[in-house]
Amino acid sequence: MMKFLKKAYVYLIFIFLYAPIGILIIYSFNDSRSRGAWGGFTLRWYSELFKDRQIMNALYYTLAIAVIASIVATIVGIAAAIGIFSMKKFKRELMLNINHLPILNPDIVTGIALMLLFASVKLPLGFLSMLLAHITFCIPYVILSIMPKLKQMNKHLYEAALDLGATPFYAFKRVIMPEIMPGVITGFLLALTLSLDDFVISFFTTGNGVTNLSITVESMARRGISPKLNALSTLMFLAVLLLLIVVNIRTSKDADERREKNEKIRQSGVFVSGSRDNI
Amino acid sequence: MKRYAKVVFLLAALAIIFSLSGCGEAKPTIKVFNWGDYIDESVYEAFEKEYGIKVIYEDFTSNEDMYAKLVSGGVDYDVLFPSDYMIERLIKEDRLEKLNFDNIPNYKYIDERFKDLPYDPENEYSVPYFWGTLGILYNTKMVDEPVDSWDILWDQKYKKEIFMYASQRDSLGVALKKLGYSLNTRNEAELEEAKQLLIEQKPLVLAYMGDDIKDKMIGEEAALALVYSGDAVYATWENEDLAYAIPKEGTNLWFDAMVIPKGSKNKEGAEKFINWLCDPENALANAEYVGYSTPNKGAFDLLDDKLKNDKTAYPDGDIMEMGELFVDISDVIGLYNRIWDEVMTARD
Amino acid sequence: MKKQWIAYPYAVWMTIFIIVPLFLILFFSITESTEAGISFTTKHFKKFVDPIYIDVLVRSVLLALYATIICLLLGYPFALILASKTFKRKSVLLMLTVVPMWMNFLLRTYSWMTLLEKNGPLNSILSALSLPTINILYTETAVVLGMVYNFLPFMILPIYSVVSRLDKSLIEAAQDLGCNDVKVFKRVTLPLSLPGVISGITMVFMPAVTTFVISRLLGGAQFMLIGNLIERQFLSSGDWGFGSALSIILMLLILLSMGVMSKYDREYGEGGLL
Repeated sequence: MMKFLKKAYVYLIFIFLYAPIGILIIYSFNDSRSRGAWGGFTLRWYSELFKDRQIMNALYYTLAIAVIASIVATIVGIAAAIGIFSMKKFKRELMLNINHLPILNPDIVTGIALMLLFASVKLPLGFLSMLLAHITFCIPYVILSIMPKLKQMNKHLYEAALDLGATPFYAFKRVIMPEIMPGVITGFLLALTLSLDDFVISFFTTGNGVTNLSITVESMARRGISPKLNALSTLMFLAVLLLLIVVNIRTSKDADERREKNEKIRQSGVFVSGSRDNI
Repeated sequence: MKRYAKVVFLLAALAIIFSLSGCGEAKPTIKVFNWGDYIDESVYEAFEKEYGIKVIYEDFTSNEDMYAKLVSGGVDYDVLFPSDYMIERLIKEDRLEKLNFDNIPNYKYIDERFKDLPYDPENEYSVPYFWGTLGILYNTKMVDEPVDSWDILWDQKYKKEIFMYASQRDSLGVALKKLGYSLNTRNEAELEEAKQLLIEQKPLVLAYMGDDIKDKMIGEEAALALVYSGDAVYATWENEDLAYAIPKEGTNLWFDAMVIPKGSKNKEGAEKFINWLCDPENALANAEYVGYSTPNKGAFDLLDDKLKNDKTAYPDGDIMEMGELFVDISDVIGLYNRIWDEVMTARD
Repeated sequence: MKKQWIAYPYAVWMTIFIIVPLFLILFFSITESTEAGISFTTKHFKKFVDPIYIDVLVRSVLLALYATIICLLLGYPFALILASKTFKRKSVLLMLTVVPMWMNFLLRTYSWMTLLEKNGPLNSILSALSLPTINILYTETAVVLGMVYNFLPFMILPIYSVVSRLDKSLIEAAQDLGCNDVKVFKRVTLPLSLPGVISGITMVFMPAVTTFVISRLLGGAQFMLIGNLIERQFLSSGDWGFGSALSIILMLLILLSMGVMSKYDREYGEGGLL
């Protein structure tokens, strides 16, 4: 019974999360450009989408920036989180508070401040400036995702590994990384999410033809957002779903193998990093 | 270790390649900054083919966004499409180049009524692109009386059936017009009166909308709405129960026009582009794509009857009489802001 | 642990991209340009001391608080259940939680407006079932709903990442010692999950205070929030001084409140596993 309730709760939340997405997808087939009227079923927005140079251009940059920015932010974030975690209280609080600034500042303030920064060093607005801006607002979220895992981690594991003869890097790779991995993945996902959907900061830090989907959509708002964008969102959604299914099929095999291996090791009583259950 | 280093190196290389792809432009280019979805793409693609000039196209959401980006100096735009009051401000701040009309012979196609407009009295800096009016869009099924005055937006009968604009100047402008004042007034007493009117109206207003207003009206969410003519044309075509009216007290007449900012690196290319857009065939394509009213007489003559005879898009009568243009009020913007803040924060 | 130096690259990055822009903002907030040049002034800060603006700030903080609490109440159980044995494909489900946020924000918000409108699908279903129709669009409820919608994944993810790896032996020990489920939750699970909860609250509350597009669309612009006010100063009014002052005030306010919260963090954090 409890299990049924638990499942139901999760499904309800998912319905809540996906209800507007459903509407979005439905309206991509609307023969009328207006969201106030249903003009019949059509696929024309999908075909018009691919002919639209501006949108395709924006899509390319959106994806490129999102992927690069999230990866860089994650790498820098891991180093920063570990470093900050090792600091004494005062320095740590200071770093963390400054780290919080991009999260708490309204986008417009971050966007304009960065725009001024770039203007003062005469960096032309374009791909690089937008990338730097995205990395800047992504890193804090990565750090916030990894910090709890560092706090949760048993501090002595790392020292134990060093005592057993591991080099610091090996200990990092085999002890710390597996511990913080859920945080790393979470941080990466959040960074990706933020970057894909950013408008204000992107608008003020890009130029020279480099644009992203959010800018394209927002600037269309005055005229009415074309269902071509709904079509694009639907396709992106399907692509991600497909990716998830494929990855899921592959990793479930790996997970099963790994679980079997861990069981065997645990039963033989040897200390191995990465498996938390027996410390 | 090697694997991580490779990844980082690859990323750095990618980032550098991408950022450099902006430089080294072999072809001449022009950088155009316009409202989103405000031009027929085939028009500027044809321009590129004709003149071999690459068009680097960017979108903005509002005049203010455009202004902030422009003054930061981060991009050297060649052509901008600001609205009337913004053009006036740019001229005042000496940010625009004077146009060489020898390079824009197609200027002759612009309707005489739309030359020498108040924001650019000698017409040295701009060429109009689209124009329109502000009026009342109403649902004839829900409103059975004639709509000819701003008063109807204050009628208790339509409580919570009214949409206003979340835009300071438009909503204040309507209140000012209703009181018989200019919508560019600097008179504090007049603005206070307008403020009172708007606060009185608040309980009747369902929402202060942005651009979503047309879809909501098509969906029959409200009986009356403050709407621009461009959106009204679209709405009345989508839902035949909708109609548009320009109140007798007068309204706002707006223009979006093409200008060349100072700092442009390719003024000639920019002028060629403006000229291209004034070609009746091209202006026609844009007018049909965008649906707003074109100031280009050549294009107007070529229009489809349905659009040509649409009174919402092309009203009868003396438009210049009916409508008042916004002027730049940035010197008294503090006053306007305070008034609007008080309207918006008043609890009903 | 002597590993602090690896944070130094980020310290450099922060200085360039966060601290320098911060000083620019600070500069605008305490200066004004007059005919005589740049001079220092406190008038931007003084302007804030006006009942209208304070009202705006209070309202923004309250709405953000509601949204954060609701996100916590909805997100915490979700993370727990997801991490428990009830579900197998955990990582897939976790990804699915975030994917809606990859769809464009404006499109999502417009979709909510369509859902909630008078003649929208939700009301159509309700009236088909002879239930009363709801009319929450353009009210504060709709704004909070929109905020919760947009920030829920930011609460779920950090909590999940902590809760998914809770040391089961501790829970087993507590149960062996005779605790019932509620006590286990209160004394073991909750305190151990606190770091994740705090990150979640940070990632929701902070942006929620400064958000404004949601209130503009779902609230019908009837609720002026501090984000609207600040945006207006930078864009339409050109009063960068006032806008910057507002931002600084906001920054100080939030950092202070987060500072208070981190006290709880340390109390629980040090206990735990040692």
